[in-house]
Amino acid sequence: MTEETDAWFAGVDVGDTDAASERVRTGSAARPTEWPTLAVEQGVATDEEAYYDRLHEVTMAATETAVREGERAGDRQLIHAVRGMDDCDRTANELAERVQEWAGSLFPDAGTGIEGARDIAERDPTDPTERRVVALADRVAGLADEAEDLREYIQQTAPSVAPNLARLAGPVLAARLIALAGGLESLAKKPAGTIQVLGAEDALFAHLRGRAPSPKHGVIFTHEYVRGTRQADRGSAARALSGKLAIAARGDHYRGEFNPEIETQLEDRMATIRARAEEETDE
Amino acid sequence: MSELPDGVERRQFDGESRLATRGEPVYGEPADGEWRAWDARRSKLGAMLETGMETGLVGGGTVLYLGAAAGTTVSHVADFAGPTYAVEFAPRPTRDLLDAAEPRDRLFPLLKDARKPETYAHVVEPVDVIVQDVATRGQAKVANANAQFLDGEGRLLAAIKARSEDVVADPSEVFERELATLRDSYEVLETRRLEPFHDSHLGVVARPR
Repeated sequence: MTEETDAWFAGVDVGDTDAASERVRTGSAARPTEWPTLAVEQGVATDEEAYYDRLHEVTMAATETAVREGERAGDRQLIHAVRGMDDCDRTANELAERVQEWAGSLFPDAGTGIEGARDIAERDPTDPTERRVVALADRVAGLADEAEDLREYIQQTAPSVAPNLARLAGPVLAARLIALAGGLESLAKKPAGTIQVLGAEDALFAHLRGRAPSPKHGVIFTHEYVRGTRQADRGSAARALSGKLAIAARGDHYRGEFNPEIETQLEDRMATIRARAEEETDE
Repeated sequence: MSELPDGVERRQFDGESRLATRGEPVYGEPADGEWRAWDARRSKLGAMLETGMETGLVGGGTVLYLGAAAGTTVSHVADFAGPTYAVEFAPRPTRDLLDAAEPRDRLFPLLKDARKPETYAHVVEPVDVIVQDVATRGQAKVANANAQFLDGEGRLLAAIKARSEDVVADPSEVFERELATLRDSYEVLETRRLEPFHDSHLGVVARPR
């Protein structure tokens, strides 16, 4: 019988709340079984009432821990991941330039950028100098791979940390906004107008000092709704998007439930904004 | 009109007859002595009882509640049912669920994904009733995946939210599609729209095939 090893109380001292709650959080079983009966048979509990009393204490402890980890870990880990991804990208590009410069003097057909470096990394060096260039190019390829893995991690985790935001902004932009705000909670507390210019702090402060026009968008520029809208309507698009992003962030932080209506409303609004361009060409 | 389960009564609150259970208040609902009002507008299961669906609930049975959220409905369930396992996926509402579970010693909160029953099958026993209120895409699939928890004579009481499947499609089409999927594992006994309590929601009573 596999049930005996699957049970949350199998192989642990059920009086040890930490160990038992760890089993509740991380254990698994192929199918449910009459656990209370089994527990009494095995002498884990004197009777079913005692079993349930213990189960209540253990599930409360397990879920408290899981909630604490889930709430804290979620957005913190996402911030580290997106910053790590940007660091890897930036460093890979910087080193790729170095490789290109150096490799160009040794291999006449050396390409440019990350792809050029990947190509160099594949070669068989014939002397100690080439060996160094190829090794350096290999580091570039490794950093670029790591950036890709981090992006994948973000794409997997952002939807569970912030389902609404990830749906509306895409996982990577969602992670960037959370990182710029310093956490999901602080993002949820920001007004839409602030979210609109997150990442455009230099331009914003130049504006506030009276030296520049107000920025229309910050990092949300990377969103298709902003970038794909003609220049004259980008301000409206950025305002519409950031308004819904603010609502999404609040939903994610305070309710933690996916609400597809936010997206529908934004789609409607975007259709209206983009229709302006069509109307004008018609005229 | 079907009978209410033991432990659920109609009582007067501010001159209005409402469903009520006995237990610690959870969400600021009106209370009368130890009885507290069960708001059908905030609870799909409440709406299913209010609209007179044959839920087969009798009181005292074991329950697996999927999509417990902040514990509004599951707290009422735990008031009249036996051991109640409450599964919720999102950490934030689960924090409130813990507050509802604290004074209820037969309510067991679990932060788990209802789409992955193997992650709680080592804790949850076979139950008499599954109550499902998950607002994610693939609601019928979730019910099918959890059918293994149901005793042969048990009941699935599900609220299917059309908007979680498809925001633009006609709700009746969405319901038909979900019911077709549900029939892989269940025999559907009764369905009823939950208006005026909940827009675009279908209450479903089913038993395992």
